[in-house]
Amino acid sequence: MADRIPDAIVIGAGLVGAACADALAAAGLSVLVLEAGVAGGGATAAGMGHVVVLDDSEPQLALTAYSRDLWDALLPDLPADCEARRCGTLWVAADAEEMEGVRRKEAICRAHGVAAEILDPAALAAAEPALRPGLAGGLRVPGDCVVYPPAVTRFLLDRARGRGARVWTGAAVASIEDGGVRLADGSAVAAGRVVNAAGLSAGRLTPGLPIKARKGHLVITDRCPGFARHQLIELGYLKSAHGGAADSVAFNLQPRTTGQMLLGSSRQYGDETEAVDHAILARMVRRGCEYMPGLARLQALRVWTGFRAATPDALPFLGPLPGIDRVWLAAGHEGLGITTSLGTGALLADLMTGRTPRIPAAPYRPDGRMEMRR
Amino acid sequence: MARERGFDILVVGAGPAGIAAACVAAESGARVGLVDDNPAPGGQIWRGGPERPADAAAAWFARLDAARLERLAGVQIVARPGPRVLLAEAAGEALVLRHEKLILSPGARERFIPFPGWTLPGVLGAGGIQALLKSGFPVAGKRVVVAGSGPLLLAVAAALREHGAEVPVIAEQAPWGRLIRFGLGLLARPGKLAQGAGYRIKTRGARYVAGCWPVAAEGARRVERAILRTARGTWAEPCDLLACGFGFVASLELPRLLGCAERDGSVCVDEAQQTSVPGVWCAGEATGIGGVDPALLEGQVAGLAAAGRRADAARLFAARDRARRFGRALDRAFALRPELKSLATDETIVCRCEDVTRGRLAAYGSWREAKLHTRCGMGPCQGRVCGGATEFLFGWAPASGRPPVFPVPVGVLGAGGNESPIDRAPGA
Amino acid sequence: MSAADEAVTVLVNGQPVRVPPGTSAAAAVAMAGVSAFRSSVTGAPRGPLCGMGICFECRATVDGVPGVRTCRTRCREGMEIRTDGA
Repeated sequence: MADRIPDAIVIGAGLVGAACADALAAAGLSVLVLEAGVAGGGATAAGMGHVVVLDDSEPQLALTAYSRDLWDALLPDLPADCEARRCGTLWVAADAEEMEGVRRKEAICRAHGVAAEILDPAALAAAEPALRPGLAGGLRVPGDCVVYPPAVTRFLLDRARGRGARVWTGAAVASIEDGGVRLADGSAVAAGRVVNAAGLSAGRLTPGLPIKARKGHLVITDRCPGFARHQLIELGYLKSAHGGAADSVAFNLQPRTTGQMLLGSSRQYGDETEAVDHAILARMVRRGCEYMPGLARLQALRVWTGFRAATPDALPFLGPLPGIDRVWLAAGHEGLGITTSLGTGALLADLMTGRTPRIPAAPYRPDGRMEMRR
Repeated sequence: MARERGFDILVVGAGPAGIAAACVAAESGARVGLVDDNPAPGGQIWRGGPERPADAAAAWFARLDAARLERLAGVQIVARPGPRVLLAEAAGEALVLRHEKLILSPGARERFIPFPGWTLPGVLGAGGIQALLKSGFPVAGKRVVVAGSGPLLLAVAAALREHGAEVPVIAEQAPWGRLIRFGLGLLARPGKLAQGAGYRIKTRGARYVAGCWPVAAEGARRVERAILRTARGTWAEPCDLLACGFGFVASLELPRLLGCAERDGSVCVDEAQQTSVPGVWCAGEATGIGGVDPALLEGQVAGLAAAGRRADAARLFAARDRARRFGRALDRAFALRPELKSLATDETIVCRCEDVTRGRLAAYGSWREAKLHTRCGMGPCQGRVCGGATEFLFGWAPASGRPPVFPVPVGVLGAGGNESPIDRAPGA
Repeated sequence: MSAADEAVTVLVNGQPVRVPPGTSAAAAVAMAGVSAFRSSVTGAPRGPLCGMGICFECRATVDGVPGVRTCRTRCREGMEIRTDGA
């Protein structure tokens, strides 16, 4: 096997690249994964690890729901260090208008076979006692879960290796060329096809790809088991995630299996430094404390930033470059990279091997979307 | 809204360097604030104030009492919201500190080297037990083995005996040859010789063994024996407590947060103690481990320089450089031997907060990668204990500076930004 | 003599301990004969290490508040200190 040209090179060993490698290897392809740094070290390491069904658009709902079914099948196989827990998501409505949004969400979920339960204020308070009184209610989506993405990445890469895939770390790709890639050290590596799953670097490898870095902040606290039971998100999160160019924050809290709480979220364009932006961090913290006053007294241990690979229509690019069957894209997942990593891998494997994908793949194809601008 | 204080010169860290810097800056007429997270000034080495009225420390404490400055005790700096602003925490509440100029004297902490059994209750740092003694930790009638490296071991053994402990052995890992050479070097500095002789007298009865180091601590639920080794053999020394000190590591979290350039574990400063960041000076152990004497001189240079008295600062350069040279000689004499890197086995815990063993860490090539996959460094110590250990064991470079510098109530991080109504949650 | 200069009595796991002024909660726990202040994440006994508030191994519940670093906490009259599992 050693000197055969691989059927596919996957550029990027984040969770998306790992899922692609795993799915392609399972489909019988020989795979070589090229990672510039360490596996799972980019957005995979920085994000929250929330597997969530999101309904900002029909295609987004389809992809996240499909992916979540795949996570359901994967969860029992994940080892303990993947910290997988089906704690469910609880969407929180602060007023009557947001409660309308809850009812719309519930209807959409029901129509797509996603279990969801409307909670009135009493039920909300019983489900999450630390939420402040006076909220309008919420929507519980019990099938959502949380994982620790770097560990899942390692698991999927190991599984791919078990089927003959190879993984090179510290192997930065300088360019995608005809018949393969060229590494930063000048050497050329040939492959049948190339999958660009390079996250934030995807636009460098595929010039013109409309991906922009969208900065986020997270705070993790010391252990406080039982403070929250579900992943909690305010209804306003959808607007923030979809939203325009303005900086925004939205309350998002995750209980980790260690009992630590992970607090987010913030979104900013334009600042591509890793430094903590205190102004937006303070806004994010104050927002969180408005929903859960007890949060203010938990001990914050660490703050960090990360970058989401965002596209103008909030959908990833999955599929071959228009007219170029040898170069495929699997990038631009914004804040849904963890959730949709599995759906991405599955869709890619289906499309590459000529199988009919489980959900329509057209909305995510690069065709007609490369020239989008915000 | 958070409380705010403003100063011309803010000094962070009230050990000898910070006390000296704050005094001379205040005496120059500047509006000075002196911040420390302990309730009283003195840092580690002068913890609890001067031991005797005639000490150099006593003179500086008196000068501090007389100086016109604001003391902010029990205050931890946690973040930097913007230029010339620091966010601090006091008693769980946010405190915003504005400054024109900043002098950092964050000091150092002990380097902890993992070995089998080092996590047993009763195994402490040498500096650790010295600090605990000053707040009443009971050692009377207890058998305490002192091990590690450096003159601190003698000071700790002396303090232990003064508090009624029995110190059967002081195990110094540096070989006799190096100690003798260093001892000859001490003849050039009579003051230091007298200090050493004083400790020797006080530790009469304790065997001082060079070329000796701990290889394990043993016991059921707490330490009962220290296993010590020399080139000639290994033996078990029964004990109630084992105090280990393997030198010091500068506390660089705050200088890193501010972007100060550093090299080899020290903040880079010019001859006037200025860092690479305009308006920020640094003095004391953070610029190089050296003890009290260079710290006092560096603190004075930084305080004078920050106050605009450059010529007066320059008059102290020579004395400071001499004191620093001694500090470096000390470092060389007590350099850690390579055997210490092999004490920890695969089963030995390296990250105490998350119980990560050496065996699990050895698979990774960098601090960041190890943190990602093992949680090492993700606990409340924020890498202060395991970071020094992994740097010693694996040569891993430490992480960059991010807030919070210390664990802090989440609510405190909500202060220091621009308060704006646009983020009020609906219905709130 | 101010209140800060007098001996105080604290409770360590319900046991009264009389301590001189300026004693830390960590010292009081040790005076009560307790060597294990807390349990590690895998359940091993732990006690103070650094004495200066950075290692977090000396944590105990003080007056109902968990996770307090006892080496940095000065004893006050009537203070209740509870170690892990006690």
